[in-house]
Amino acid sequence: MSKDNEILEEFTTKEYEHGWSVKYEADEAPIGLNEEIIKWISAKKEEPQWLLDWRLKAFDTFQNMTEPEWANVHYPKIDLQQLRYYSAPKQGKKPKSLDEVDPELLQIYERLGINLNEQKRLQGIAVDAVLDSVSVATTFKDTLSKLGIIFCSFSEAVKDHPELVKKYLGSVVAMTDNYYAALNSAVFSDGSFCYIPKGVRCPMELSTYFRINAANTGQFERTLIVAEDESYVSYLEGCTAPQRDENQLHAAVVEIYAAANAEVKYSTVQNWFPGDKDGKGGIYNFVTKRGLCAGDHSKISWTQVETGSAVTWKYPSCILKGDNSIGEFYSVAVTNNYQQADTGTKMIHIGKNTKSRIVSKGISAGKSQNSYRGQVQVMKRAHNSRNFSQCDSLLMGDRCGAHTFPYIDINNPTAKVEHEATTSKIGEDQIFYCNQRGIDTEDAVALIVNGYAKEVLNQLPMEFAVEAQKLLALTLEGSVG
Amino acid sequence: MLSIKNLHASIEGNEILRGIDLEVKAGEVHAIMGPNGSGKSTLASVLAGREEYEITDGEVTFKGEDLLELAPEERAREGVFLAFQYPVEIPGVSSTNFLRTAVNQVREHRGLDPLDAVKFLTMMKEKMKLVEIDQKLLSRALNEGFSGGEKKRNEIFQMAMLEPTLSILDETDSGLDIDALRIVSNGVNQLKSKDNATIVVTHYQRLLDYIVPDFVHVLYKGKIVKSGTKELALELEEKGYDWIKADVEQAAV
Ligand SMILES: Nc1ncnc2c1ncn2[C@@H]1O[C@H](COP(=O)(O)OP(=O)(O)OP(=O)(O)O)[C@@H](O)[C@H]1O
Ligand SMILES: [Mg+2]
Repeated sequence: MSKDNEILEEFTTKEYEHGWSVKYEADEAPIGLNEEIIKWISAKKEEPQWLLDWRLKAFDTFQNMTEPEWANVHYPKIDLQQLRYYSAPKQGKKPKSLDEVDPELLQIYERLGINLNEQKRLQGIAVDAVLDSVSVATTFKDTLSKLGIIFCSFSEAVKDHPELVKKYLGSVVAMTDNYYAALNSAVFSDGSFCYIPKGVRCPMELSTYFRINAANTGQFERTLIVAEDESYVSYLEGCTAPQRDENQLHAAVVEIYAAANAEVKYSTVQNWFPGDKDGKGGIYNFVTKRGLCAGDHSKISWTQVETGSAVTWKYPSCILKGDNSIGEFYSVAVTNNYQQADTGTKMIHIGKNTKSRIVSKGISAGKSQNSYRGQVQVMKRAHNSRNFSQCDSLLMGDRCGAHTFPYIDINNPTAKVEHEATTSKIGEDQIFYCNQRGIDTEDAVALIVNGYAKEVLNQLPMEFAVEAQKLLALTLEGSVG
Repeated sequence: MLSIKNLHASIEGNEILRGIDLEVKAGEVHAIMGPNGSGKSTLASVLAGREEYEITDGEVTFKGEDLLELAPEERAREGVFLAFQYPVEIPGVSSTNFLRTAVNQVREHRGLDPLDAVKFLTMMKEKMKLVEIDQKLLSRALNEGFSGGEKKRNEIFQMAMLEPTLSILDETDSGLDIDALRIVSNGVNQLKSKDNATIVVTHYQRLLDYIVPDFVHVLYKGKIVKSGTKELALELEEKGYDWIKADVEQAAV
């Protein structure tokens, strides 16, 4: 019907909503990757010698590593020598409070719907805003510090809490863990640091907002979260980038350390520029995220809603070392047009009575490829460990692909591991049923997809869940006609 | 209200509807009967706007407008409601959420403000009584794991919520137990007014004891081959379709 074509046309030509960029004066490293650049970055950030040494060691290892090729993604080789590894908006002196931050930078976040002004912000979320290579502002610092919570940019943490950074940096993701993690360790520019002291429940959501603005710049941020005994924190991460023809590299590392009885919830809504509808441009998102349940009865829960990026390579994982510790992974990954995602998790059971739960919901549309890759490993000592995995794929149209790669490795006979997988197609029948009740196709798809992803979306904090729902609908607009 | 003239429709090159003529006026109830595969559901789907069917000839006007020009959701908003023979399941979407989206989109089209949560729930409570549907059923995902009868009852509940002008009930009676049949029919009757019309597709005369039709039509091989009053249904119940089929074959010779 002509009307439908019209609607389809309108959807598919809809642009990525955060595709704008802003001009500001920047402090940039020269293009290229070598020891000198790393020294340049370290000097720029006035880092202590130990950190520079750490970076150089990582770089040394990195140079002997090769890019992994096992993931089910295809993209032209990235020339790392053509990238810039540091770009920061010129701010003059380092701002001491929000009032001193360049209003133009604050406006960038405002345009993204993130108000950094504490008075105007919804209560209950503290934000660290990272623009290109540096953190521009962190809110609610005072409120948090009264409880002994440290929430600041990574660079500040290096200056103000070197003993903590030194103790935990690389303790969960070793600098040599993999190609991208090693690269990140060598050149990381900024990120967020969070420390919850013993017995403290963090009273608000902590959130980092990453924005790539500059062209030809890789973003290599580093997040480190440490939760001491009996503490609790819920952490959110959001990200966007301008629309550019060339691909940009994003290789982050996130480390979470949970001590005995501590609980960390980490939620991501990933909305990097996915490339245009012909597959041009978009972010290469190669991320290493890992949590260590170090103490007994600790719990780490990953929730991710992945809608952006041209290519995603990401496996937020849990090492369940403490006895009775729990790891969870809830994921919705949507791919449309020419996007490719290879994402999943690893649950490594080391301690006794450890439990893990994996719920992965893939949605593929257009000509995209969506792979779930998950590993459940039960070590010798992990008596009575349990895993439950549920991997569902939803296909929209017949030009996309969904793939599941579960790896199970069990070395203890008392372990119980369950894996369920389903693949379904979004039904014409379902859409017609909605249409017949007066619901247009766009809203019908949103309803159906949100219903499908509900179990994961329910894990997100309220405010984020609403955003995520809208984002899912937006990503899939025009994929059914 | 609804005027169908010489309607021909085919799917994948097979002609299913071969010249349907039907006039439905406000306030009327029409029953459509006919052997399996004669095209009853196809007619209902075509009226609702299912895109798999190609309309090869004929016209359909609804409230003076060309119905075939409208997208399915526009038809629904204009007041066409189809109670499906096989309602689909939509996992993870609660009936409440689904209906709220539907009701508000229909209201928007009719120039009404959207209902807020409280008003919507009040309306729901009221309509739930009409078909005696359990609240628990509505808090579950739409039709997911519903029994056959529960699905049918839910269709009529949705009809009550959407207040259509033309309701097409495709074998709503099949799958309902004896009590449910009475309750659901009762609901349909209460929703009847001089301004709306109902087309019921059924195989059983029993339903027509409850929902009394003004006209009964027999659809066979894509055509309405016989029309009459409710007595025709009784006759069919007694004699089956063979005599009509014979008449048709004879006429064709
Ligand atoms: N894709 C298709 N290709 C060919 N024939 C089809 C297709 N879809 C439906 N039909 C045929 O169209 C005819 C009419 O089907 P329809 O569902 O309208 O019958 P019905 O009168 O509702 O039957 P019932 O009483 O069993 O519900 C059937 O013979 C059916 O097999
Ligand atoms: Mg039928």
